[in-house]
Amino acid sequence: MERVSGLLSWTLSRVLWLSGFSEQGAARQPRTMEEKALEVYDLIRTIRDPEKPNTLEELEVVTESCVEVQEINEEDCLVIIKFTPTAPHCSLATLIGLCLRVKLQRCLPFKHKLEIYISEGTHSTEEDINKQINDKERVAAAMENPNLREIVEQCVLEPD
Amino acid sequence: MKDSLVLRSRIQAHPDSRCWFLAWNPTGTLLASCGGDRKIRIWGTEGDSWVCKSVLSEGHQRTVRKVAWSPCGNYLASASFDAVTCIWKKNQDDFECVTTLEGHENEVKSVAWAPSGNLLATCSRDKSVWVWEVDEEDEYECVSVLSSHTQDVKHVVWHPSQELLASASYDDTVKLYREEGDDWVCCATLEGHESTVWSLAFDPSGQRLASCSDDRTVRIWRQYLPGNEQGVACSGSDPSWKCICTLSGFHTRTIYDIAWCQLTGALATACGDDAIRVFEEDPGSDPQQPTFSLTAHMRQAHSQDVNCVAWNPKEPGLLASCSDDGEVAFWEYHQPAGL
Repeated sequence: MERVSGLLSWTLSRVLWLSGFSEQGAARQPRTMEEKALEVYDLIRTIRDPEKPNTLEELEVVTESCVEVQEINEEDCLVIIKFTPTAPHCSLATLIGLCLRVKLQRCLPFKHKLEIYISEGTHSTEEDINKQINDKERVAAAMENPNLREIVEQCVLEPD
Repeated sequence: MKDSLVLRSRIQAHPDSRCWFLAWNPTGTLLASCGGDRKIRIWGTEGDSWVCKSVLSEGHQRTVRKVAWSPCGNYLASASFDAVTCIWKKNQDDFECVTTLEGHENEVKSVAWAPSGNLLATCSRDKSVWVWEVDEEDEYECVSVLSSHTQDVKHVVWHPSQELLASASYDDTVKLYREEGDDWVCCATLEGHESTVWSLAFDPSGQRLASCSDDRTVRIWRQYLPGNEQGVACSGSDPSWKCICTLSGFHTRTIYDIAWCQLTGALATACGDDAIRVFEEDPGSDPQQPTFSLTAHMRQAHSQDVNCVAWNPKEPGLLASCSDDGEVAFWEYHQPAGL
């Protein structure tokens, strides 16, 4: 049903555009889950690694396929990210988790819930790290720590 | 279930930040809210609207996570991520910070006054629970540092009539503490939740304790005294606590808060799926194996996670809630017919 109504609204906006009634792209069409996942990836791929002078995409810490978006209801969706840290130490992994969360909280335009995990088998204390980066109280407190905050801000700064 | 929870009003309590917690004063005439903007606001009614009576803004350097009124209603305690707990004294519409309680190594997550008014408890990410004694001169003294939890302690709450303290932790357990001689000891550990326990609430009688968790369930625990009829084993003279009911399949994300109405017995939850739910015990259910039914489900109660729910202590059915979107909402709950 969603596909049919999606097709109808796409057709309608095309007709409106062709007849000069609206700008192509200005009519906000409902995004598919795949489109939303790409939007998420577009925001996270430019985040800089806290230790190296490269982006998370360059280091393959995140890839297009590591983002999944599931529909919760008409207005809300669940974004799940599974990242692969470059080195095994916990502080780096939690820092990357923090950067991912902050970037999306600030920049993702559609309503969402977010879960971030270390991809399985890449870390000995996976469960501990996953629990911490998904505890919003811990994340909020960490972002009030000026040193941590400064590092995160540098990592999520948009490239010019 | 339709119309069992009705919105009365909404206020933007903490603009551009989260509202973390709410507390009604003992007479139910004032509501304190606190948030990520480091401020505490006191709300009261003027006719039909809720207005901000005071703003307490100079007390903390970081997020104020929880607030709690003293049983006499003249003091407000605030727990903050800046590792300090402030005690504010009320003088009509003004509040003055009269003491700051220091000692925790990092964020203070919760603060609670004992019903006697002479004791205060705080807990922190430093894994400890502190018990403080207050004397007639408003002097506070730490009388015990309890380090039973193995992780961040999220919440503390006192029993409604006994000097029994309960704490909820990131270590997935609930612990209970009582005084023994000159010190406080941990007298029970409640295991069963599969993830962080975020909040706790005692029922009006104090015989049962409700806990809510990141595992998306609510558990109800019952106290069994030594020599109880049901044959529940106790060690020594300490009561045992057993999980008598688990509410699962209702919440789709972390449950951040639970509140047990002391007037009606209704149980409200605040969830990360933006919804507020109310449960009531089924009439005639076995006290040792009670069943609860969902009597209200307000989807999109807020536009983001609901962090707190608080029943008004004097007006039955009046419920306040707050959210990551910075708003506070007031609801009227009506028990559905047939209960």
